[in-house]
Amino acid sequence: MLGKEIKFLVGKEIKLELKQKYVINGILLYLVSTIFVTYLAFEDVISVETWNSLFWIILLFVAVNGISKSFAQESPARHLYYYTLASPQSIVLSKILYNLMLMAILSILAFLFFMLLMGNKVINMPLFILALLLGSLGLSSILTMVAAIASRASQNFSLMAILSFPIVLPLLATLMKVSSTALINLEWAGNAGFIVILLTINVAVIMLAYLLFPYLWRD
Amino acid sequence: MKKFWWKILGGLLLLYAVIFGFIVDVPDTMIQQTMRNLFYHVGMWFGMFAMLFVGFIYSLRYLRKFDEREDVVAVEAVNVGMMFGFLGIFTGMIWASFTWGTPWVKDPKLNGAAVGLFIYLAYLILRGSIEDIHKRAKVSAVYNIFAFILWIVFVLILPRVSGAGLHPATGNDVTPVLPMHMDSSMRTVFYPAMIGWILLGCWILQLRIRIRRIKATVNELLT
Repeated sequence: MLGKEIKFLVGKEIKLELKQKYVINGILLYLVSTIFVTYLAFEDVISVETWNSLFWIILLFVAVNGISKSFAQESPARHLYYYTLASPQSIVLSKILYNLMLMAILSILAFLFFMLLMGNKVINMPLFILALLLGSLGLSSILTMVAAIASRASQNFSLMAILSFPIVLPLLATLMKVSSTALINLEWAGNAGFIVILLTINVAVIMLAYLLFPYLWRD
Repeated sequence: MKKFWWKILGGLLLLYAVIFGFIVDVPDTMIQQTMRNLFYHVGMWFGMFAMLFVGFIYSLRYLRKFDEREDVVAVEAVNVGMMFGFLGIFTGMIWASFTWGTPWVKDPKLNGAAVGLFIYLAYLILRGSIEDIHKRAKVSAVYNIFAFILWIVFVLILPRVSGAGLHPATGNDVTPVLPMHMDSSMRTVFYPAMIGWILLGCWILQLRIRIRRIKATVNELLT
């Protein structure tokens, strides 16, 4: 029952997005412009740490921009309609899954565009891709939950940013550590602890979202 | 007259901790006499933990029955917890200047503590941005539960998992700062001090709740 509802809801989100293309176009433009600005700002070859931190900061802002609209787009009347149809758990899980797919696509695109303009510094590609995927999952689940909370408050962007940055900081620090080792050498060992941390944060946030969202939804 | 024995007990315990904290023997480690800061710095962090836990419990209780008074307790508990948190960081900075030469270092526990404070500051901002009382209480209760679990992860769990750092209790560190590893002479002051800080926190919490209730009653009577 839950699985079918989730599948249907995720399909609904994708169809809505493909029809309007409002969010995805805006975010793609944002992504391309910020990467282009960093390309213009840095003339020469940049160090590995700079590459790493710029990439993740850009990805963070792209994520906050993209996911902040996920609850704001549909009117309250339509939300009431969904309330009568589907359980709140499937709604929040479907939004997290949809945002995960969105973030995964955006992070791969960001990586490709970044490689094109700023050069490819990644040595251990599979580890970096794993970091991108875990990061997308983490950012998507945290930002979806925060967007749900912020959508109940006043509808401005700065509240979403204020609420999300402290929670995202440890996730981002761990992601940067993992990807910096992926940029330096080919070793996998030593990263197990960080990956455990990333998985812990992801699991904890998704469980909390699953348990707490019904209380937000009831309005 | 309501019960106030625990307030006097709290005051006496803290007085004992302040006096005996400077008299009792401390083990002769690298940081020598500044080890005494343990009774105050760590005690305050325990007080903060207790206050945030109270906030967590009352947020859960609010979500069960939607009783306004429990929301008041939750937010005031966070306020008192924040006060302890800032004091804890301040005493920690004083201690760090002596031990490591600088007030702040890049360390998982310190970063986790800072992030924890930011999370709860964001909670207070969230509360400020919602006008409707019931909506504010409900949304902030949800965020409080979310924030507390993440606080536990960021301050207590992540530093343990993140490998070695300068602050005690990161990685596999077993320096004598946790009660299990502490010298028995220090324990005679630490346990009472910890209880004293928690009792002080409860006292401040009760005062703040009462002030709020009085203000609310006055507002009702005036309108």
